[in-house]
Amino acid sequence: MSETIYGPVTDWATDFDHGSPAYNNNIHQIWDDLKAAGCPIAHTERYGGVWLPLTHDLVKEIAYDPTRFSSLTPVVQQLKPSEARLEDPDALGAPIGPVPPISSDPPFHADARRILLPAFSPKQIDPLRKEVEEICNKLIDDMGDVDSIDAAVQYTQHIPVLVVAQMVGLPLSDADRFRGWVDMVLGGIGAERSEERLAQFMAMDEYLTKHIEDHIENPQDDLTTYLLNAEIFGEKLSPRHVFGTILLLIIAGIDTTWSGIGSSLWHLASNPIDRRRLVENPDKIPAATEEFLRAYAPVTMARMVTEDMEFHGVQMKKEDRVLLPFPAANRDEKQFANPAVVDIEREENRHSAFGLGIHRCIGSNLARLEMNVAIEVFLKRFPDFELDMTEQVTWSTGQVRGPRNLPFKIKTRA
Amino acid sequence: MRVHVDSSKCQGHNRCYALAPELFDVDDLGNAFELNDGIVPSGLEDKARLAVANCPEFAITIED
Repeated sequence: MSETIYGPVTDWATDFDHGSPAYNNNIHQIWDDLKAAGCPIAHTERYGGVWLPLTHDLVKEIAYDPTRFSSLTPVVQQLKPSEARLEDPDALGAPIGPVPPISSDPPFHADARRILLPAFSPKQIDPLRKEVEEICNKLIDDMGDVDSIDAAVQYTQHIPVLVVAQMVGLPLSDADRFRGWVDMVLGGIGAERSEERLAQFMAMDEYLTKHIEDHIENPQDDLTTYLLNAEIFGEKLSPRHVFGTILLLIIAGIDTTWSGIGSSLWHLASNPIDRRRLVENPDKIPAATEEFLRAYAPVTMARMVTEDMEFHGVQMKKEDRVLLPFPAANRDEKQFANPAVVDIEREENRHSAFGLGIHRCIGSNLARLEMNVAIEVFLKRFPDFELDMTEQVTWSTGQVRGPRNLPFKIKTRA
Repeated sequence: MRVHVDSSKCQGHNRCYALAPELFDVDDLGNAFELNDGIVPSGLEDKARLAVANCPEFAITIED
């Protein structure tokens, strides 16, 4: 096994650590400094060797090239892919990967994706609006008549969990458990490997296996049963494929949207002019949501290099990983006018918060619905609020960035 | 004015359908296509330009 490097970062150009709290806490400054220093592709020996391209052109080129950049490992953790396979020989290798279709490559990818696409098309997702509104209103009702809230803990973190649990057919009463697992899988990527982490992974594994077995015995009207009945190349999906896809829907559907809603509310708490504009003109919320997605895109994906090669002046080696920081691409001045300015009425907005190319986030319509409704309901119920400066805003660690604590003072309610 | 979605570039972001449902629709897989042979009725030119300016994959073109 390669040597694992821990400890503070000495140089973000040659020794970055995307799993350290310092990265997400200072992300915009780190990118600006790297670009100002003439470093469009940063590197680290940590995690077995990772590259970090920062421009829209580079991110797009990699996203469009699944031959040289495989999706096998969408999350860059301490184990290299070959080491992970040694630990779990049953895991599905390329082109399927452990969590299809996000971990799949062509030609398998398109078929695995086609199974899921109809469930997430706008015409399937739009009717969920009322359900999301009810979830959001109930969360606010449950806060009671208080002046101080933590909008992340009491609001944003619950919305996507409840929506996804309902779609996949998981009991809503277990929502806290999935959220804990998601936080561990995605937030703990820089953590040392421990017995506790391993035990949590096993608990998650057992829980989902049992969930799938229950659905084999008692089919339901939900995505789990849908996947169990789905076919690929004329055959039922393998149990490992169904397991991986359900794991994916839970992991990818929860803290991503939680982060998107959280960053939006953080912006509105910090920018009273924008908040007032949206309170007075709720019809401007969808455009504002797109700008929040651009400026605070939560998700950085990753690829694995499939062959030794030179790429824009750097020597990449087979099995090196490459981060795809869509949030950095969204702040590229070649692509966006005044990218550091958050303009909630920005008209031209080709942001890539949901990725580019064949792996475009399959849940993007659902995520947008949840963000729009969550912002709309929050502003309706709390037309005036601000950050509580006596408490700390905290940000997630790892490839999904968003606030995990949002202490707000509520000034008016409706 | 006419709009056209290049189906080999469209990845189903659905921005055009959200911004200009008079001009674009999406199929069951979420892939977009232009309505009415892409002919933009008078008065909807700005919506057509908005759809173009918000497609992350640069999949939509306009012909005057």
